[in-house]
Amino acid sequence: MGGQGIDASGFMRSACTRFRTMAAAGLLALAAMLFVSVATLAAELPALTGRVVDNAGIINDAAEAALAQKLADFEKKGSDQIVVATIPSLEGEEIEPYANRLFRFWKLGQAGENNGVLLLVAKNDRKMRIEVGYGLEGTLTDLHTKLIIENDMVPAFRAGDFSGGISKAVDDMVMVLQGNPEELEARGKRNPADNSTPMDPIVTIFLILWATMFFGGLAMAFLPPMFGTKLSPGVYKWLGMTFRYGRGPSGSSGGSGWTSGSSNSGWSSGSSSSGWSSGSSSSGGGFSGGGGSSGGGGSSGSW
Amino acid sequence: MLAQRLASPSVFRTLPVFLMMAILLPLLSGCGYNTIPTAEENAKAAWSEVLNQYQRRTDLIPNLVETVKGYASHEKDTLEAVVAARAKATQITVTPETLKDPEALKKFQDAQAGLTSALSRLIAVSEAYPDLKANQNFLALQAQLEGTENRIAVSRRDYIQAVKDYNLTLKTFPSVLWATFWFRSNEPFANFTIEEDKMQPPKVDFGTKQGG
Repeated sequence: MGGQGIDASGFMRSACTRFRTMAAAGLLALAAMLFVSVATLAAELPALTGRVVDNAGIINDAAEAALAQKLADFEKKGSDQIVVATIPSLEGEEIEPYANRLFRFWKLGQAGENNGVLLLVAKNDRKMRIEVGYGLEGTLTDLHTKLIIENDMVPAFRAGDFSGGISKAVDDMVMVLQGNPEELEARGKRNPADNSTPMDPIVTIFLILWATMFFGGLAMAFLPPMFGTKLSPGVYKWLGMTFRYGRGPSGSSGGSGWTSGSSNSGWSSGSSSSGWSSGSSSSGGGFSGGGGSSGGGGSSGSW
Repeated sequence: MLAQRLASPSVFRTLPVFLMMAILLPLLSGCGYNTIPTAEENAKAAWSEVLNQYQRRTDLIPNLVETVKGYASHEKDTLEAVVAARAKATQITVTPETLKDPEALKKFQDAQAGLTSALSRLIAVSEAYPDLKANQNFLALQAQLEGTENRIAVSRRDYIQAVKDYNLTLKTFPSVLWATFWFRSNEPFANFTIEEDKMQPPKVDFGTKQGG
């Protein structure tokens, strides 16, 4: 027992000195790592501007609009998110890790389903890849994607017809994904297009109102007797206001109690505005990934 | 009534204690008590995914061997090497509980690397047989094998990241406080030791014979 005590105190002391150096080194390392990873990873990934991100400029405008429309319609049906991306160059990286990184950065597919597909074309590297999210690996198998790449895209790309090859590949992917209509419908029902966004602000407002009333009332009941100065039995002065207890709600002081409760509204309006803005930013206008991920399914090819 | 109870001095003495506890207990988890167990379980889950993908490859191999055998039965050595490497790889498993042991991980890694190179030799040899190359079953297996190698690479990257996060929580402030005072039996997990460039699945160089 005694030995343990000595051990413990010695340990405490050494832990203290160790802790200081480790904390400093750790913080530095962490900061450096964060900085480096942010600088190297985030810089080169393109932004998700729509369902067709043609950064290499190889898809003609008509085909691009048609593709975007087709993909939007398809997402409405079964919630599957297919995105076509073209980039000028991979800048020395292999296409597989790049596609996976981009897929996860864009979070394609719905959060619980992971039903996204990324069709990536790297123009100068003459490589393409179809990256399939976890949830669709069983439907759009590696073999399907390989066949789509080899049969649809490679011949068209060799002939210089990027728009045609990509359109055909998208058609075939949609065909494969529609091959099991019951499953597609079930996915669509599980993930209706607009489920959470209109509810969010209402719930937020309700919670804020409830919290203000509940905690305001609670604070009014407990805090003045604890922190305020006692004027007479049941009467306390706190934060420049007079609180009366036990005599029922006597006009003026009860009112001041309530205003002190709702003076917290400075805090609550702040958080409510942030709730509004985050809600509207996710629902407003453009297209964004649903929170899905990919584990490297799909296949690659080159032309 | 409430006011009278509030006014009694004993309530005043115990009330701050209750309030402090009510405020501090949630902060305990907010302050990072959960950080280390969470990171540990994430790393273990990432390791299970690595095993899952290696298992997927192991399951593909008998079909591949059978298919190749039908067309290239006289490439006996290569086929046997794959079967032997598969047998060896299945014997060595690393459960999440033994992830702290770098030796066990090294053995696992070596066995799987042996299987990887035997497989790539088999694929390279297969390229010399036009009938085999045109076989639908072989094409399917090849696509699956490529996909599996890529999934292995992804799951290994995820594991490396998860272990980095976990080991960081054991060594950095503020979670190091929990590590030293509460989670003293937690040790850093071993990570894959090979360099970044070898993390990629081996390139199968079609058309040229590989020596070894």
